[in-house]
Amino acid sequence: MAMRIRNLASRRTMMMNSSPISGLRSMSSSWWKNVEPAPKDPILGVTEAFLADPSPDKVNVGVGAYRDDNGKPVVLDCVREAERRIAGTSFMEYLPMGGSVKMVEETLKLAYGDNSEFVKDKRIAAVQSLSGTGACRLFADFQKRFCPGSQIYIPVPTWSNHHNIWRDAQVPQKTYHYYHPETKGLDFKGLMDDVKNAPEGSFFLLHACAHNPTGVDPTEEQWREISQLFKAKNHFAFFDMAYQGFASGDPARDAKSIRIFLEDGHHIGISQSYAKNMGLYGQRVGCLSVLCENEKQAVTVKSQLQQLARPMYSNPPLHGAQIVSTILGDPELKSLWLKEVKIMADRIIGMRTTLRESLEKLGSPLSWEHVTKQIGMFCYSGLTPEQVDRLTSEYHIYMTRNGRISMAGVTTGNVGYLANAIHEVTKSS
Amino acid sequence: MASSMISLGSTSLLPRDINKDKLKLGTSGSNPFPRTKSLSRVTMSVAAKPSRFEGITMAPPDPILGVSEAFKADTNELKLNLGVGAYRTEELQPYVLNVVQKAENLMLERGDNKEYLPIEGLAAFNKATAELLFGAGHPVIKEQKVATIQGLSGTGSLRLAAALIERYFPGAKVLISAPTWGNHKNIFNDAKVPWSEYRYYDPKTIGLDFDGMIQDIKEAPEGSFILLHGCAHNPTGIDPTPEQWVKIADVIQEKNHIPFFDVAYQGFASGSLDEDAASVRLFAERGMEFFVAQSYSKNLGLYAERIGAINVVCSSADAATRVKSQLKRIARPMYSNPPVHGARIVANVVGDAAMFGEWKAEMEMMAGRIKTVRQELYDSLVSKDESGKDWSFILKQIGMFSFTGLNKAQSDNMTNKWHVYMTKDGRISLAGLSMAKCEYLADAIIDSYHNVS
Repeated sequence: MAMRIRNLASRRTMMMNSSPISGLRSMSSSWWKNVEPAPKDPILGVTEAFLADPSPDKVNVGVGAYRDDNGKPVVLDCVREAERRIAGTSFMEYLPMGGSVKMVEETLKLAYGDNSEFVKDKRIAAVQSLSGTGACRLFADFQKRFCPGSQIYIPVPTWSNHHNIWRDAQVPQKTYHYYHPETKGLDFKGLMDDVKNAPEGSFFLLHACAHNPTGVDPTEEQWREISQLFKAKNHFAFFDMAYQGFASGDPARDAKSIRIFLEDGHHIGISQSYAKNMGLYGQRVGCLSVLCENEKQAVTVKSQLQQLARPMYSNPPLHGAQIVSTILGDPELKSLWLKEVKIMADRIIGMRTTLRESLEKLGSPLSWEHVTKQIGMFCYSGLTPEQVDRLTSEYHIYMTRNGRISMAGVTTGNVGYLANAIHEVTKSS
Repeated sequence: MASSMISLGSTSLLPRDINKDKLKLGTSGSNPFPRTKSLSRVTMSVAAKPSRFEGITMAPPDPILGVSEAFKADTNELKLNLGVGAYRTEELQPYVLNVVQKAENLMLERGDNKEYLPIEGLAAFNKATAELLFGAGHPVIKEQKVATIQGLSGTGSLRLAAALIERYFPGAKVLISAPTWGNHKNIFNDAKVPWSEYRYYDPKTIGLDFDGMIQDIKEAPEGSFILLHGCAHNPTGIDPTPEQWVKIADVIQEKNHIPFFDVAYQGFASGSLDEDAASVRLFAERGMEFFVAQSYSKNLGLYAERIGAINVVCSSADAATRVKSQLKRIARPMYSNPPVHGARIVANVVGDAAMFGEWKAEMEMMAGRIKTVRQELYDSLVSKDESGKDWSFILKQIGMFSFTGLNKAQSDNMTNKWHVYMTKDGRISLAGLSMAKCEYLADAIIDSYHNVS
């Protein structure tokens, strides 16, 4: 590759020597000849295609962004109120590299508990991050730098960007069984076998709740067994918690898996995001935390996380962090937030029921039990890529080709249309 | 930067750093797995096994951001913070631009939603930022030859470009000025792009070592990337003259290098947004392909909102499209899509003629205050210093910073004796200086220069 570039360069020199200084001229050659168009992002590309579709019937059940029953994006009341309160109060000075201290404090309470001893003992290295993506990436880079021989075990399937993140961090990936296509549920045995067979001290990526894209979560009892096996194998558990509050409607309940691991003495890592549960998608606000042995180690680890952030973006953005700390720091606003999260989660649960019942009423030959068993924003429908393509081309229904339906995009207005379309493309299977 | 091999899967139960009140090992026969405080039942404590992160050492404090922290801790009432490059008013207060407040109020009233931006950022912002840089209607924009994507201020934009260089020009080197902003090296290091320095600052003249710069650029392997500060060089404040820029462009073209501009202070050098873009526009006129990273931290006071852009000027619209798609591919696993707040503010300000005009006026005011304070500092130095030393370099330098020529020991004296906080390379941020403090600062500089070696 270097040879080709050198040859390309010398060709250009020859071309350019004929007129080294001139006015604006078109270059017949470019440095970028070898740059190919990147493939469209499988998730974000769906919305792009949706936006470009002129059909009045179009439905977007692609990206996981909450919509109200009118299909409109929602800004939570608690967020609007927080914004009113913070307007004009900030000097917009740089946040520290680790972000807003107040925001991080409140965020840790959500994950570790309001009275966590780990927080009291200052054992958690935590920094504000660029939402969940940024938290995962910081952790992946940290893992690469300080455990250079390690790999990451990623569930099958997972959010597609997980693969990109650890790949760009140059951490080799392995997979573990997770989704069971036959039952459209958890392949618990496969999961436990893979955990057992992984070399001792392996790093595992776990979805704390509302697994993306399947909506399939382990039961509490299964989490306890997973935790015990992790202990026996001395594995490191990294939790991606992007949907706290969105699974059951109760943030404390949704953090159960994490609390089990903490009780059992694991030193875990957590990525948290406010994109969905506070509707702060575009603000990019989240948090990465790593539970350490003691305060000294936490200070050290935090300094290294900051060292990774500095050459990536220097310090994180303020606005979203201010919204979060304003809401969580005020009992009234926090209580309003909890109510609003429950409303969102309940609407989704309601739509699951309606979708399932609609399909059953249409006389579908298939079982749609999984639609109500799965939890969180997504339903792993079991539709094949070809069926998904038909939904798009014939019905202008947009979803990712793995058959993942964002239930947040389903409304009383479109659920009938959606059920009908799904029935049409699956009735002969 | 510390890095260590941690051995995984250790079966030893003897951690190196035993938390003594938690664990007692050995032949005493006591339970090696005592209760931890929070549990109501006895469980196995995983603290028995050594931590994966045992060998990690403390990262060094940031040389720039650490200065402000030291300043905050100082209780002396004469203290002066000339460390980080953040604009201050004459009263030494942070300044939120009027247009920014207006834009935020507009946004609040409109009740904009908070949906994800596309990976490449806010379209209105990308359009505005490219036009600000090249001039609206510039051929590279009209012909769609610029790939622009919103980035996390200057740092994030530089990082995206560095990652693109690593991916598509493996082995290619970036040449950075000696000295340059400290974080440039960190960015290229973490992106795994090799770099070396070209001569820039001449301590003898406290000016530009132009011949050294040209020579080093000439001697670099063909096809190297040359990192240039578009205006208001950080940390020196020393910019090439227009004639020198022409020669720099010549030698870069001659050697088939790729220019890479860092434009963090557009508007802050001369006070004019257009004038400060002259170097970039010169290169665009040459039909060259090059990178430009932009930041709105200083010129719109949007430090905290992390708003900037990376622009790649290509020779064709097709190349620009492909390059843009690959930049997106780098951004997605870093942060997915950029933060919306700062982008909206910029788009609102630049997109409204009245607000844009108001911004230009505020920009002139901020740059004007710095120029005035430069003059006042120079006048104080000349009137107080009896040695006849030539302090005119203060007036020749431009932008937020001045390279005083003080060495590390002298800079330490500034801090330890005079409570003047600055970076150890002798850089002072004039944005943190008031007219009222010029005489005091002059005294400190004269003392440090003459009485400390």
